[in-house]
Amino acid sequence: MKKVLVLAETRDGQLRNVSLEALAAAHVLAEGGEVVAALFGPDSGAHAAVLGHHGAGTVYVADHAALAQYTPDAYAQALKQLIDFVSPDAVVLGHTAIGRDVAPRVAARLGYGLISDVTGLEAGPVFTRPIYAGKAFQKRTFTDGAIMITIRPNNIPAAAPDTGKTATVVPFDVEIKDLRSIVKEVVRKTSGKVDLSEAKIIVSGGRGVKSADGFKPLYELADVLGAAVGASRGACDADYCDYSMQIGQTGKVVTPDLYIACGISGAIQHLAGMSNSKVIVAINKDPEAPIFQVADYGIVGDLFEVVPLLTAEFKKVLV
Amino acid sequence: MNILVVMKQTFDTEEKIVIQDGKISEDGVEFIINPYDEYAVEEAIKLKEEHGGEVTVVSIGPDRAENALRTALAMGADKAVLVNDESLFGDEYTTAKVLAAVARKVGYDIILGGQMAVDSGAGQGGPRLAEELGINHVSTAVKLEINGTQVRVERDVEGDLEVVETSLPVLITAQQGLNEPRYPSLPGIMKAKKKPLDRLSADDLGLSAQDVQAKTVIVDQSLPPKKQAGRILSGDLAAQVSELVQLLRNEAKVI
Repeated sequence: MKKVLVLAETRDGQLRNVSLEALAAAHVLAEGGEVVAALFGPDSGAHAAVLGHHGAGTVYVADHAALAQYTPDAYAQALKQLIDFVSPDAVVLGHTAIGRDVAPRVAARLGYGLISDVTGLEAGPVFTRPIYAGKAFQKRTFTDGAIMITIRPNNIPAAAPDTGKTATVVPFDVEIKDLRSIVKEVVRKTSGKVDLSEAKIIVSGGRGVKSADGFKPLYELADVLGAAVGASRGACDADYCDYSMQIGQTGKVVTPDLYIACGISGAIQHLAGMSNSKVIVAINKDPEAPIFQVADYGIVGDLFEVVPLLTAEFKKVLV
Repeated sequence: MNILVVMKQTFDTEEKIVIQDGKISEDGVEFIINPYDEYAVEEAIKLKEEHGGEVTVVSIGPDRAENALRTALAMGADKAVLVNDESLFGDEYTTAKVLAAVARKVGYDIILGGQMAVDSGAGQGGPRLAEELGINHVSTAVKLEINGTQVRVERDVEGDLEVVETSLPVLITAQQGLNEPRYPSLPGIMKAKKKPLDRLSADDLGLSAQDVQAKTVIVDQSLPPKKQAGRILSGDLAAQVSELVQLLRNEAKVI
């Protein structure tokens, strides 16, 4: 019987949605076998029940103080020890700052292959992942040994929770030593904002916003929709916003349910980062802008007129 | 300081992808240094300017990758290594093993690379290579300071900023915002032609293809389904906006 391990993850004390998606992927890989999950860090055990509702039979909780803050050494040691103990047939992590950093390190330590940034899986198992930031897709399989994957948020749907299902919670003692990195400080620039990679709706601005202040109407629209705010390289290069907001082949690749592009012309490298969004709205003065080629709905007009109208209209219908 | 930069030649980000016979066509494609690796090259040259030492740039790839290495040499790197032995081409597992062999041969105090390549997008290279060498790594750096053997890194963590302290030897991966890569100067380009570029094979590195055999294999490559051009709304602006909101709620059902 197959056994699949999921490393669940929290951010700002909240369980990340991608961890529930990872449990769904794990169930496919387990082929009716066992799915177990792990939580790292003090107080992380509080999330075990939700992992149980999503199908984790056992949740290992490693509450070692050194796991309160991510460092490659601490997490790699803990994950390696957990894999040695559980001996899973497959390991699934989110393709997040933590998952994409620790998974390759542990894969190398164990001599495993790793398929990163998976957006789909089918029997075999065969894994689909974007290349060239989504300009193309590849399917990959493992030729040897255990399976290890990281999955991209927002692509593999999480199962509906079943509160009748509960997990057995097992404390897991880890030995952590010789830490070579110390995290001195974490400057929160995103607190209170919706995370771009997991956002269901993104409002994004390009050169057309004309200035840092020009993002204001976009933030107002995002507030009404509970959306994250992104940007094109043009807007970042012009210093209208921080590079962490950049969407494109350099920058973040996003696949929200709704992407509203404001004053973005649609350079190929930007389209690569967002054209796999489920529904795309383009607002641009130039009717010839390439963004309209990928948009489901387009409004030709000045974003400074259209976006406030849109905010007002959504306010009316969403109360 | 002995500075090693691992880099990859990639398609220019403005290139469209064409698939022919299941393979990605390189016909007429412009190649560049992977943009994240270009930040790593720039940072390496800045470190050399500040602390002295030597910058070696390393790439695994076909002969065309020499152009990317020459560009890095023209920017100011001192020497280059190209592993163009096809028996050493594989997946991320393979690449890390081969780069580790090169790093041991060349020597290093610090290793720099991009946080991912814009073609494969896996982002495994840095952490895997550090693990193969048994050294620490810090990824997605937006600021790097070295004082003696002390290293201070500011790193981007999904939009938040984390300040990390560690020490040499270490591997650092570059995130956008780390620096503004310089353009090679004309004298730089002339000098680069004469700088040493070693081509290494499995034998030179003491590796056999079997030792580094890939753990994963690509079984298919395809283009995403073509999007139908959508609807451009018309009429007066206020009417367009209310129509859009209705469409998003009732037709697309995303709100």
